[in-house]
Amino acid sequence: MHHVEADIREPLILGNKTYHQITEDVCAPVEGKAGKMWYMVFSLAALLALWGVGCIFYTVGVGIGVWGLNKTVDWAWDITNFVWWVGIGHAGTLISAVLLLFRQRWRMAINRSAEAMTIFAVIMAALFPLLHMGRIWMAYWVLPLPNQFGSLWVNFNSPLLWDVFAISTYFSVSLVFWYIGLIPDFATIRDRAVKPAAKKAYSIMAFGWTGSAKHWNRFEEVSLVLAGLATPLVFSVHSIVSMDFATSVIPGWHTTIFPPYFVAGAVFSGFAMVCTLMLVMRKVLHLEDYILVKHIEYMNIIIMLTGSMVGVAYLSELFISWYSGVEYEGYAFMNRATGWYWWSYAAMMTCNVVSPQLMWVKKWRRNLTFTFILSIVVNIGMWFERFVIIVTSIHRDYVPSSWNLFHPTFVDMGLFLGTIGIFFVLYLLYARVFPVLALNEVKTILRTTGESQLKQLRAGEHITVAEGSKH
Amino acid sequence: MSTVIYAMYDDDHVLLEGAKKVVAKGMQVKDVFSPFPVHGIDDVIGVRKTRLAICAFLYGLTGMTLALIGMRYFMIVDWPMNIGGKPNFDLMQNLPAFIPVTFEFTVFCTAHGMAITYFLRNKTLPGMKAKNPDPRTTDDKFVMEIHVDESKEAETIALLKETGAIEINKKAA
Repeated sequence: MHHVEADIREPLILGNKTYHQITEDVCAPVEGKAGKMWYMVFSLAALLALWGVGCIFYTVGVGIGVWGLNKTVDWAWDITNFVWWVGIGHAGTLISAVLLLFRQRWRMAINRSAEAMTIFAVIMAALFPLLHMGRIWMAYWVLPLPNQFGSLWVNFNSPLLWDVFAISTYFSVSLVFWYIGLIPDFATIRDRAVKPAAKKAYSIMAFGWTGSAKHWNRFEEVSLVLAGLATPLVFSVHSIVSMDFATSVIPGWHTTIFPPYFVAGAVFSGFAMVCTLMLVMRKVLHLEDYILVKHIEYMNIIIMLTGSMVGVAYLSELFISWYSGVEYEGYAFMNRATGWYWWSYAAMMTCNVVSPQLMWVKKWRRNLTFTFILSIVVNIGMWFERFVIIVTSIHRDYVPSSWNLFHPTFVDMGLFLGTIGIFFVLYLLYARVFPVLALNEVKTILRTTGESQLKQLRAGEHITVAEGSKH
Repeated sequence: MSTVIYAMYDDDHVLLEGAKKVVAKGMQVKDVFSPFPVHGIDDVIGVRKTRLAICAFLYGLTGMTLALIGMRYFMIVDWPMNIGGKPNFDLMQNLPAFIPVTFEFTVFCTAHGMAITYFLRNKTLPGMKAKNPDPRTTDDKFVMEIHVDESKEAETIALLKETGAIEINKKAA
């Protein structure tokens, strides 16, 4: 089998790796002990999470009157946080599904962790509409179940119900996709485990995976079909989230460009979050040979592209509000930029439109510190985008006597920071017990993208992938 | 009496070439265990293409049908509601509003139906015992399983060694 690799291709796996070395490197964090750094970050996250859980109990116990909502601004931080988390949850499936269909080999190093991020982010997102129901124990009312209320059904014409279906489908399909990919890797850990408890736990999680040819045959088919299904799913989810706003008649929400604009924004913030997490993870778990500057650069290019799309969307929205000649629309946008909430609009514009343009400079987008700071800036900006859309559009009602502002209470803030805490608690636990790299997938690209293998390939030598190989 | 021979390799390409030679000699490779999919092995050892995708399509069709039947019953037949004057008396006229849920439910049924079929067909379920012949096959080794008659054992082992197997184990079938 002759494989040709273009000379400009950079290796995706550094060092003189073999199949066995990949197993060692990826299993090390799972089998070893957690460092001091991990405990410190975990404690901080757990503290935030505790505050969050406290606020959740308080909200459920007392009612959503403890939030800062008022008659005019009846959607604020809750829905802002919901959309923010769902948006972050978009990168994982995009990386694992869309990039799989496009046969992008660099996805192998980051897909597992990006998908984990997706799953935890969607859980955080789902919390907010559930809490917003007030009586969370009635949450099953969103399902079309036979009932005694004169057989009253849920409203299938409503985007809010579409959202229920979209989010639950997205969450469960992403989870299954992720888990099917994890099974062979759990089997690897199972077969190496020494401690009986760990062996037992990973045996259960590995579902008795053997790695026979027929199983791999089915595995590849399932991955491909699930990727094909997840691709339109990714685009549908945030489109439907945007319809929660777009199908209403509130100036500032009633916009036909919302679906693509929301999807671009979601990918934008999702990739930024992946960058934030990967940059920390590669350092702490010593994965510098697998998650390279090249990977970060690829992600930064996507951030730059989607950031520009978001920028175009902001400007066309602004233009159309004037060009449409609708007074209410015009006022809504004028008020966004120059009204009481101008600072949130300015934060959104700077973080989302200006900052990603810096990525045009190759030196900067390959700089890890710069990327780390920028990835956080982007997510701050994307939070403000949702805040701007939601709060500034409704805080000036049609009747000036109803005009109001939104003041978050400590519960609002506690829920937002709390979900960040819960998210990091879950993510840090994941990093300790799950293989954070799709190790069996990484092995499939070693022959063509490993640093020493590429050298051998270009020198026309035999490619070695095994330790002490004679072949 | 027949014997089961496990030939272990440390390179997927060597295994693939080896399997070709074994098959050319008229022997059947019962199975191959590998840490990752070895591309090209299916045709050599006669693993047929899975029909899971066809199942997935059928599950999708089921999901779509169920969603449409359900929404027609809830929204048109059982309790029509006047919501913003949208048509509430005819499925076809109300269809645009039903598309998102139809799509989501189709994907839901396809993905989960396919995943469940995949687990059942593989006979892999939570807590099942692993049946790979050697724990190293999930790390960096590749194992070929061959069933031969006892009389041909020595000959087969010689052939396998020639193809580059690094280790050969056998057990009575």
